[in-house]
Amino acid sequence: MYWQKSKWWWRLGIGLLLLGAYIGLYQLRLAQAAPTSGSGATVTLTNVSYDSTREFYQAYNQNFQKYWQRKSGEKVAVAISNGGSGKQANTVIEGNQADVVTLALAPDITSIQQAGLLKANWQQRYPDNAAPYTSTVVFLVRKGNPQQIRDWPDLLKPAVNIVTPNPKTSGGARWNYLAAWAYASKKYHSTEKARQFVRKLYQNVTVLDSGSRDATTTFAENGQGNVLLTWENEAKLVCQQHPGEYEIITPSISIKAEPSVAVVDSVVAQRNTATVAQAYIQHLYSVKAQKIAAQNFYRPTNQKVAQAYRKEFPALQLVTINDPLFGGWAKVQKQHFANGGIFDQIYGGG
Amino acid sequence: MQQTSKRLIPGYYFSLVITLLGVSLIVLLPFAALVISGWQVGAQQFWQEATNSRVLASYLVSIKGALVAAIINTGFGLLLAWVLTQYEFPGKWLLDSLLDLPFALPTAVAGIALAYLFSDQGWLGRLVVPLGWKISYTFNGIVIAMIFVTLPFVVREIQPVLEQLDFSVQEAAYTLGGGTSTILRRLVLPEILPALVSGFGLVFARCLGEYGSIVFIAGNQPYHTEITPLLIMFKLEAHDYSGATVLALVMLLFSFTFSFIIHSWQRWLLQRKG
Repeated sequence: MYWQKSKWWWRLGIGLLLLGAYIGLYQLRLAQAAPTSGSGATVTLTNVSYDSTREFYQAYNQNFQKYWQRKSGEKVAVAISNGGSGKQANTVIEGNQADVVTLALAPDITSIQQAGLLKANWQQRYPDNAAPYTSTVVFLVRKGNPQQIRDWPDLLKPAVNIVTPNPKTSGGARWNYLAAWAYASKKYHSTEKARQFVRKLYQNVTVLDSGSRDATTTFAENGQGNVLLTWENEAKLVCQQHPGEYEIITPSISIKAEPSVAVVDSVVAQRNTATVAQAYIQHLYSVKAQKIAAQNFYRPTNQKVAQAYRKEFPALQLVTINDPLFGGWAKVQKQHFANGGIFDQIYGGG
Repeated sequence: MQQTSKRLIPGYYFSLVITLLGVSLIVLLPFAALVISGWQVGAQQFWQEATNSRVLASYLVSIKGALVAAIINTGFGLLLAWVLTQYEFPGKWLLDSLLDLPFALPTAVAGIALAYLFSDQGWLGRLVVPLGWKISYTFNGIVIAMIFVTLPFVVREIQPVLEQLDFSVQEAAYTLGGGTSTILRRLVLPEILPALVSGFGLVFARCLGEYGSIVFIAGNQPYHTEITPLLIMFKLEAHDYSGATVLALVMLLFSFTFSFIIHSWQRWLLQRKG
């Protein structure tokens, strides 16, 4: 039975092929895990971060590896994980061994602290509220700005369709909502009027994506809406990837978005990585790292670097989360984003 | 008198113990944990969380989408299975293996690709714009994602039944003067109905829980295109585990009730068939 025999050969061949492919992938993975051979053990560091820092930390990690090897002679491999800020914080609480967290907003790190993984004073342990780079919320419009959008009130025009991530699923998007709130409060000096303003604004939101990258895709790749309400760094990234197709409109007033960073004390104690983890965060404030941040469209906190890149980042009135109109994150979370808070209310009644 | 095993195939107790242990560890234990943590919420808070207007709207969106998708997929799946079992055509084996792709594709990838294809500027979405239809970022998009993800269920349920259909009975009926519709209704349908019902149930239950592909195509407008799993994600993002548990329990209740009805129906059908 010749044909049956040949059938078996086929099966064996395919099986061997799959096995070979698996071994190949495994070898490749090993090769990547240890990029340079040589003496000295490699320390691994895990940075659990949020959605939009992908490009920045890729560049920063390379810089830090060189810096750390020069300084201590130790090789360090940094693993980075990106995702929605709140979800990322949850994974750390549930036991994801993150040596450092670099998340989109302070409350996510506070929730890790409340789970007992780091000390209460984490925000005072590094300069500038433990936010080495900042950003703000801007409008991204299609080339030529057909809807003539210049500032926040233009977003309320009936013909304007806004795409923005949902503040409920995307921690970063809370800054977007707060930017609108900051403008309206500063302009009208009334909570009630601010509430009406943001309600009208969100009535013009046609797609409320779950994450900030999803919103970018919806706007840029799938051509939905006239305005993408997003972080400045995300908007600049879109402009870089699609040159000449979009324009960034910087409003008169916006929020100072402060993505926070921290060393996770209990994890570094357990993994014995405290020194390198602290250096990793501290080095974010160095001139070189600040430049990398600016090149990846984050506003540097170092004054000299900020001065050098001032053409890239237009000046505008920036409201911070500790401004009396907000009163800090604890108050904002309760007032705006808790169940039944203002963000839920503006959608009340359908 | 020495007792001998009555079973032909050995290893009855061994395999039974492993099965029960496996089911308990992988299925029952997580469910029990869910129920227990839901229990701790307290009746009043539970009721409040489970019935606020936005949550109610999301149940309706999820259930409506799942029903529409299940109905469409049952019809379409039956057609596909019929074509695959009754006809011969070139490339049949390819179509047969392509059908399993929705299972293999990560749902997020499917969601992003579908949102792109069916948006009003995408290849497929563009075609229905003149009709005034919009698919991506509307309720239609949710249904499309659900249909895609659950396409194989009905086909794979019905295929084996159709393959075993005894056509001599139908030929006999035909020679005795039975019309095509009578043959289909009285001979074919009773055979495949149990499989059809169970396929419908599988599609419905899977659609209710689907999250990954839908969030990319739904637009997520509160009250209109917001599915319940997304609201669960809101709660998790806010570190509100108990709120998330409440919604998860309600969804579980829906699909449990539904699969109970489906299974009873299916058993009744099979018993009647004898």
